[in-house]
Order: sequence, then C-alpha cells, then structure tokens
Amino acid sequence: MISDYFSYAFKNLKHRKVRTWLTMIGIVIGIAAVVSIISLGQGLENMIIGQFEDMGADKITIMPGSSIFSAGMATIPLNQKDYDVIKRTRGIVNVAGMIYSSIRVEYKEESEYTFVIGMPLDPGSKRIFDSMQNFKLDYGRDLKDGDGNVIVVGSSVAKDDKIFERGVVLGSKITINGVDFKVIGVLETLGNEQDDRSVYINIERARDIFDNKDEFDVLFAQAKQGFDVSEVAEDLEKALRKSRDLKEGEEDFNVQTTEQLQESFGTIFSIVQWFLIGVASISIVVGGIGIMNTMYTSVLERTYDIGIMKAIGARNNDILTLFVIEAGTLGAVGGIIGVIVGGGFAKIIEIAAKNVLSVDLLKAHLSVELLVGAVLFSFIVGMASGALPAKQAASMKPVDALRYE
Amino acid sequence: MKKEKPIIELNDVKKIYRMGEVDVPALNGVSLKIKQGEFIAIMGPSGSGKSTLMNMVGCLDVPTEGKIFLDGKDISKMSESGLAQIRGKKIGFVFQKFNLLSTLTALENVTMPMMFQNVDENVRRKKGVELLNLVGLEKRSSHKPSELSGGQQQRVAIARSLANDPEVILADEPTGNLDTKTGRDIMVMLKKLHNDGKTIIMVTHDPDVGKHAKRIVLIKDGMVVSNHKE
Repeated sequence: MISDYFSYAFKNLKHRKVRTWLTMIGIVIGIAAVVSIISLGQGLENMIIGQFEDMGADKITIMPGSSIFSAGMATIPLNQKDYDVIKRTRGIVNVAGMIYSSIRVEYKEESEYTFVIGMPLDPGSKRIFDSMQNFKLDYGRDLKDGDGNVIVVGSSVAKDDKIFERGVVLGSKITINGVDFKVIGVLETLGNEQDDRSVYINIERARDIFDNKDEFDVLFAQAKQGFDVSEVAEDLEKALRKSRDLKEGEEDFNVQTTEQLQESFGTIFSIVQWFLIGVASISIVVGGIGIMNTMYTSVLERTYDIGIMKAIGARNNDILTLFVIEAGTLGAVGGIIGVIVGGGFAKIIEIAAKNVLSVDLLKAHLSVELLVGAVLFSFIVGMASGALPAKQAASMKPVDALRYE
Repeated sequence: MKKEKPIIELNDVKKIYRMGEVDVPALNGVSLKIKQGEFIAIMGPSGSGKSTLMNMVGCLDVPTEGKIFLDGKDISKMSESGLAQIRGKKIGFVFQKFNLLSTLTALENVTMPMMFQNVDENVRRKKGVELLNLVGLEKRSSHKPSELSGGQQQRVAIARSLANDPEVILADEPTGNLDTKTGRDIMVMLKKLHNDGKTIIMVTHDPDVGKHAKRIVLIKDGMVVSNHKE
C-alpha cells in the first residue's frame, strides 16, 4: 500500500508546482554542496595520498619547524650538521637535501616568479629522488653530478602561454638573479601545478644564487632494507634531538615517515572536510525547516480533504503516513536534484582543474554510497521535517475537519 | 427481504458542545432504531441538531452521553482509529458538496476507501471500474472532479460510498447543490440502492426530497419530535 501513498504524494506535489520547487531549493543547495565537497575532498585526498605513495614507504622526511604544517613560519633551518647526524643514524642508507625559493626568473624579454629548486646531484642523493619517481624526464637530458649553469624545467615552463608567452626550448637561456642557465631538459607533466611550474638546478649553483651556505629546506632519508621504517625514524629523531640539544617535546624539526605524512594529511583533510560539510549542512537544516513550513501550510489547506479521507475510513496512522511520505518525497526529489547538481559541479571542477590549472590527478570521487546516501539522507530529512505537521493532520477530528472552510 | 434486526441503535444520546463558559446541547436525549434495509430521512430546520445526529450515526463523532450501537456493537466509547475502521467498512458517505479529492481522478476517488482497507490494487481497480459503470460514468474515469458537472461528481461520490460494500449509505443533503432534475436523478439512484437492500439514511431539510424516504424522523431542538412511516 505504501506505493499508493507515494503516488498520492506525487500528485499533491505536482498540484502545487511552484511551491514544491521553491521548497526544494534549500535541500537541493545543501545536498549539492555536501556531494561536491565530499567527492572533491575524497578526490583531493586520493591525489595527495597517491603522491605520497609514489615516494615509497621507506622514505623519511625531515623538515624544519615543529610540525609539517608550520612550513613558512620562522624556524631554525636544517643544516649540514643535521645532514651528517641523519646520515650516521643506524638504518639509514641515503640522505638527500633540497633547497628551494620562489624567485624571479627571466626568459627572453619576460620575467616571472617561480620556484627554483636546488637538487643534490651526488649519486646517493640522486638515487633517492629517482626512486621517489616524482621526476621523469620528457626530453633532453637530466641533471648530473658536476653540472654547472644548466637547468631542467617543469612541463609548464616549456609550454606556450603558461608562464612565458613562448614556452622555453632546449638550448635556450634562462636568467636567474643575473646568472645565465642553459636549458638541457624538460620534465614530464606531474599533474601538480607547483612542480610543473618549477625549474631545477644543481644545489651548489642554487646555494650561490640564494646566498645559502649549508642549510636545507627539506631532507629525505631512505631506510635500509629490512629495517622498520618507524623505528629508524624514531632513532633519527632522537639523534637529531641530541645533536641540537633539545628535550623531548621541544623539537624545532619534524620527522615523518611516508605513512605518517599520509596520516597527517588525512587528519587535516577530514577536519577541513567535516568543517565544510558542517557549513553545507546549515543549508540542509534550512531546507528542512522550509519543508516543515510548507507542510504546515499544506495541512491547513487540506484540512477539509483530511476530513473527507477520515470520513471514508482513513485512520490517524494513514493520514500521518500520507503526510510524512509527502514530506519525505519533497526531500528525496530535492536530494536527487542536489546529487545531480553537486556531482555535475564536482566534475566541472575536475575538468577546470585539468584545463585551467593543469592538475591532472584530481578526480572527483562520486561513489555509489555517496550518491545513494545523499538521496536517502534527504528523504529522511524530509520525513523528519514533515513529522510534526503530519501529526497535526492526523490528530484532527473528522467532524471539525469537515466543518473547516 | 428486509430483516428486522436494527443496524443502528441510539440510546438516549446526548451531545453537548462547550462554547467558552456555556454548555450548548446539540442533542438532548435521542433514541432511535434504524433497521437493516430501511430508507429513512432525518429532517429538521437548521440548528435543530440533525447534522450532529448525522455525525453520531455516521461514527464521525462520539456522544457525550448515551450509547450508540452499530450492528450490535457499542461504538460510543471507541477511539478515533477504531471508528475510522468501522466507518470505512460499514458506512458510505454522500455529502452535499460531493467532497471528492480534487487532485485525484474519478476512478482514484472511487477506489480510495478500499486503499484504507488494504484491498489489493488489482481488486480495487476492478471494483472501481464496476462502480463507475453502475453510476454511468465509465467514460469519465480518468477525469478530475473539476472536469465533471455537479451531477456527475455526486454520482462519483455515490460510487465511492459503495466501494467497501457498506451496509449503510449516509447521505447528507445529497441534492442540496444540484438543480431539480439532476437532484431527481440522484434520488432515483439512491432509491435503486435501497431496492438492492442497502440501508439509506438521508439528512435533509427539503420536504420534497424527504418524501422519497420510507420513514421520516423529524428533529427539533435536539430531540426527536416525530417518527413516522409513510
């Protein structure tokens, strides 16, 4: 019999088209926002976790500052002494340090800011970066130990109208802080705009340009095979603490395994995501109140109809079900439209990220659970919002309802 | 073919409405027996209490005092949902203003009472078409009430009142909103139902309509003042 209630609900909603649409807008916006936030958030998380996975599970990242989220704040930098301490730690096979800076880069008549990255080129360090699979050469040749004023550029740098009007070509000249570099290689697109816009030079040359004698912006260490990575990371942290003369809990640096990095980002992501979902939920609550308001009006308007239905045998529960289902349908239809709008919006963002920002790796994650869950949720919100008005309708006395004009 | 067993029995029924501080009695001790297969008219001027009486007889309301028996069962203390179930099964309503649901088609209006009795959909449909046939509106089954004339709407309402094969048809001023000729057609239809064995209880203030009944109960100031057979 429940299908009869649904068909009756649909007829009534169709009968009041304008009001039905207006009522649904709140739910549509709320569900659309939640669906796009969750799908994009999930996509973004997948993308970043995927990038960490590329690093390999045996990598340990050491950064200045007490947490990975203090990047950019005034911190005591890591230096050659720290590098040596790490290198001596039991279970560490290789250490590689990197420096980078956002700096003005000139090409032909143009000059733009971009990241200049100083790469260590000794064989041990190179092996770490190679195994992190982040950087693959598209064409030209890679940087090698002993290179001087040569430069490898990210794919965006070599493309027209990305950074420079005309993309950089092999053999041409790029000037950084008055020092000329010859372009020898172009990297494959990484799908991460910041990396694709960067240029890469020998760390020794970068030290001259940045006026940086022995500091590192980030250090990567590789654990020996057969060693427990997290134990090695703990030993490493202990050793650094000792050399920097710090007590436990007072670290001005942080040591993270790939797994911990994933977890840290995962945590931050879910906090941000839940916050955004919370904001979007306000719209759903407002939508629910809208449904409640419409249902109260509707109950009042149909008082006489309720009287008729009661006269021809409708029990209180029948009337209650009728109105609750009508409200639920109002929510569910809003939810379906919201899912379509939200999913479409997420896809548009995905395409925009690819075309405008050159971020290939962001894929909106529209799972069946999310879509079905969203519609189900809006149905429940609708039913809950309709509960009080429906109760009012159900408790009407038939004689009173039939007297109502 | 008429049985002598009372289908409805009112025993000293009182109904008192409270209007602020004052008690207003609408029914002042009405006793009435209606036998199965009877065709009776409840008549009286407006304000006489005949609408209240109809509500009592139709199980739409319960008395303040006294007892009402429907088919031998005391309904005067029943809950609203219990009353609804009995109404739906035993009583078919025909109202002055037809009272069809405007969003539903003629057929859906006719089948709705069966929905509340959990009748299977196919059975409902079949019965609904049969009933529309009976009132001569088989061609109008998918029309909305707004697309039907007053007479047609009242015929749909009669078809609806028969949906659950009730023993009693309760008609409240069934011709009140119709012109004389259409009203006569409706009366012919009610008479036919009476001849088929249904108990017809009609509430009216119009003597011309009332005279179709086999018994007239005259009510005034909440009391039965005359009760005679034709």
